[in-house]
Amino acid sequence: MNATIQDLSARPRKTARGVVLATLAVGFGLPTLLLAAVLALSPLSKPAMLAAVLRAAGVDVTTWSPNAQYVLWAVFMVVLALIIVSFAAVVSGMTVWWEMRVSARMQSRIGYNRVGAAGFFQWIADAVKLLFKEDLIPAEADKLLFRASPYFVLTGFALVFVALPFGESLIAADLNVGIFYITAVTALVVVGILIAGWASNSKWALFGGMRSAAQVISYEIPSGLAAMVPVMMSGTLSMQGIIRSQGAWPWEWHAFTNPFGLVAFGIFFVAQLAEGNRTPFDLPEAESELVAGYLSEYSSFRFALFFLVEFGNLWVMSAIAVTLFFGGWQVPFAGPEIFAAARGAGELPGAGWWGLQVLSMIVFVTKTLVVLNLVVWVRWTLPRIRVDQMMSLCWKYLVPFAFVTFVATLLWEILVARAPVASDVAGGVMVAAMVVAAFFFARQTRQNISAVGDRVDFTNW
Amino acid sequence: MDKLILRRVDRQNEEMILNFGPQHPSTHGVINFLVETDGEVLKRATPDVGYLHRSIEKIGELVGYPGFMPYTDRVDYVAAMFANEGYAIAVEKLLKLEVPPRAQWLRAISCELCRIASHLVSVGTMVMDIGAFTPMLHGIRERETINDLIEALCGARLTYNYHRIGGVAFDLPEGWRDKVLAFLDHFDRFLVEYDRLISFNEIYIKRLANVAVIPGPMAVNYGLVGPNLRGSGVDWDVRRDMPYGAYPNFKFNVPVGKGFYGVSGDSFDRYYVRCLEMAESSKIVRQALETLPEGEITAKVPRNIKPEAGEALSRVESARGEMAYYVVSDGTNKAYRVRVRTGSFTAMCIIEDISPGLMVADLVALISSLDVVAPEIDR
Repeated sequence: MNATIQDLSARPRKTARGVVLATLAVGFGLPTLLLAAVLALSPLSKPAMLAAVLRAAGVDVTTWSPNAQYVLWAVFMVVLALIIVSFAAVVSGMTVWWEMRVSARMQSRIGYNRVGAAGFFQWIADAVKLLFKEDLIPAEADKLLFRASPYFVLTGFALVFVALPFGESLIAADLNVGIFYITAVTALVVVGILIAGWASNSKWALFGGMRSAAQVISYEIPSGLAAMVPVMMSGTLSMQGIIRSQGAWPWEWHAFTNPFGLVAFGIFFVAQLAEGNRTPFDLPEAESELVAGYLSEYSSFRFALFFLVEFGNLWVMSAIAVTLFFGGWQVPFAGPEIFAAARGAGELPGAGWWGLQVLSMIVFVTKTLVVLNLVVWVRWTLPRIRVDQMMSLCWKYLVPFAFVTFVATLLWEILVARAPVASDVAGGVMVAAMVVAAFFFARQTRQNISAVGDRVDFTNW
Repeated sequence: MDKLILRRVDRQNEEMILNFGPQHPSTHGVINFLVETDGEVLKRATPDVGYLHRSIEKIGELVGYPGFMPYTDRVDYVAAMFANEGYAIAVEKLLKLEVPPRAQWLRAISCELCRIASHLVSVGTMVMDIGAFTPMLHGIRERETINDLIEALCGARLTYNYHRIGGVAFDLPEGWRDKVLAFLDHFDRFLVEYDRLISFNEIYIKRLANVAVIPGPMAVNYGLVGPNLRGSGVDWDVRRDMPYGAYPNFKFNVPVGKGFYGVSGDSFDRYYVRCLEMAESSKIVRQALETLPEGEITAKVPRNIKPEAGEALSRVESARGEMAYYVVSDGTNKAYRVRVRTGSFTAMCIIEDISPGLMVADLVALISSLDVVAPEIDR
C-alpha cells in the first residue's frame, strides 16, 4: 500500500561483495577473536594452570622467585582484563547496531545501511565521530567531579565482568560471593550518574541524576530479592555454582523447576530494566521530559563512555539473567563427569575438553543474545512510566511480590528436600505451559499481522 | 511575567525555575514554559509565546486578496488546508461568490485528508512524548501516503496552497480516487492496529487517564475548540452545527470524550477523540468521493479582486479546532484588516491554570494532548 516504502524496499541491494565479506569478517571475526582469547586465557587465570601451560612451552616458572611468579600472574591478569573489557566494548557497539536494525524494522524504517553491509560499521563510525567532538566542560560545572563521573560508571560496569561467566571454566574469577559482588559493584554506576547529574550544574541533569538515584536504589531491592531465589535453590552465591546446580534442558532450569522461579525472573527482569535505565524506566534520560537527563552536558569521549556502559549493560543484565534462571552454559548431554573425563588426569586439559568449552560458550552466548533481544523489543514497544508510578510499582508491587517468592521458595525447597520429584514435576509442567503459551503468542502475532493486510515476512532486512 | 519575576525573588529554597523551552524536544516548536517546580511537582507553568511570530495578519493587509493565500499555509503548517479554506470562505463571503459544488466537494476531501494527516502527527508525537517511539513512526508512515496523495493533487506536500478564492486550484488527477480509496481501506485497518499497539496499552492509559483534567465548563470558558473541547465532553463541531461547504451532505459522528478510562476531559480523552475523528474523516472522504458532482472547480472570479467595503467572518473546523478568519474590506484590492483566530492560542492559555500540582511528565502529556502547534499560536 505504502508507495514510498514499497519503492525503497523493492530497490535492488547493491552492496559490493567486498563490503559484505569485510562486514561478515569483522562482524563474526571480532567477537569470535575476543571470545577465543577469553576461551584460551580465562582457564589460565588459576596460577597452577598458568604454570602448567608455561612448563609445556618450556619455561618452568616454579623455579622463579615467588615475587617474580606473582608479577607474571599479575601481568597475565591485566592482559585478560584488557581482553574482557575490549569484549564488553565491542559487544556494546554491536548491540547498538542490532538495536538500531531491530527498531528500524519495527518502525518501518530502513535503519543503518550506509557504512558496511547493513550499516554494520556504523557503531565504529559513531565512536570515531564522538572521539573527534569537542570535549566540552560547562564553565559553571564542578570540573573535577564532571570529569570523574564517567570513570565511576565505566568502573562499575567493567568490574561486573570479573564474575561474569562465559563457559564451563571460562570466567575471570569464580568468586564464592559472585552474585553479591555483582550487585555491589553495579551500585558504582549509580554513583557515577548521580555525580554527573550534580556536577553538570544544569537543572535538567540534576533532575536526571535525582531520578536515577531514586530509581536505581529502589530497584536494587526487588532485584536482589529475586536473585536470592536461584541462590537459595542452588545453595551458593557463586555464579558458576548457580549454573552447575541447573541442567542443560529447560525443565532443569531454575526458572522452571520452581513454580515461583518464573515470577522471580519477571521481577528480576523488570528491576534490571529499571537499573539499566531502559524503557519503560528510562526516566533519568527521558528525552521528551528532561532533554537528555544527566547526559545533557556531556559530549565527546565522556559521553561515549556513558553510552558504552548503557549498551554494554544489556549484555550484563542478559548474562546475569541467563546465569540465574536459564541454565547458563550447560550443554545438553554433557554433565560434569563428561567434562572431567574430557579433561583427563594430566596437568593440561585434553583437546576434547577445549571443544566442550567452546560448546558451553556457544550455548551461553546464544541464550544471552536471546534475552538481549527481548530487552531491545521491550524498549521499542512500551511507553515510559511516570516517576511516581515507577516508585509505586517498585514498593507496592515488586518488593512485596519478591518477598512472597522468596518465602515461597523457602517452603518449596523444604518440599523438594522431602520429595525431590516435586522439582521434576514442576519443571515438566512449567515447560509444557511455556510451550503452549509460546504457541498462542505466535498465533496471536500472526493474526495481528494479517488483520492489517500484511504478511509474515522475514526477507526484508 | 512581572509577577513571575517577583515570585522568583522571594521564592522558597526548594523551588526551582526551569526554562522548559524554547528548544525543548516536547514543546513542538519554539514555545517556552517558565516552570516553577518543587522537585518533580509543578507549582505553575507559565507559557511564554511569541517566538514564532511572523506578522501573518499584517502581511494579509499588505498583499492583495489572492496573494495572501500562500501565506495562510504558514498559519498552521501541519494542517495548512484548513487555513486555506477559512481564508477562501471569508473572501468569498465578501465577494458574495457562489462556489461550484465540485469545488466544495474537493475542499471537503482535501481538508479531511489533511485532518487525518494532522491528527496522525498529533497522536504520534503525543505517544512519543509519553516515551514510545515506534507508534509515532507508524503514524508518520501513514501520513507519508497522504502527503503523496495530496502532492499528486496539488503539487505540494506541506504548504498546499490548494484552495483558491472561488474554488480550488486543480481537479483530481487520473486514478487518484482509486488510490485514495485503497489508502482508506488500509487506513481503517491501521487505526485498529494503532489502538492495539499503543492506545490501549496499560502503561499509556495509566500515564494519561485522569491526568490534567479540563472540565467541560472550564473548557468553554477558556475558549478551547475542536478536539480539546470535545475531549472535555462538549458536543460542538462547526462542521455539523454551523455547516459550511459540502458538509451538510455527509453523514458523520462527532466523537466526544466520555472518560474512556478516567474522567471526561482528561488527557486520554483528548488523545482518543482524535483517534476516533480520524475514522470519521475517513468516512467523510469515502462519501465525498462517492457523491462527487461533475462541473467547474472555480467560480468566475474577477481578475482584480476588489470587494465592496464590508466585513466577513468565516468559521471552519480545523484539525486544531475552530479556525476563524475575520476580513475587513475598505473597497480597495487589499484587505483593511485580516484577523486569524486559531485553536492553539486559546489552548495555551489554559495550561497556566491546569498545571499546578501536575508532575513534569504530566506537563509534557498536557502540552501534547492539547496538540498545540507553535506557528498557529503566534501566527
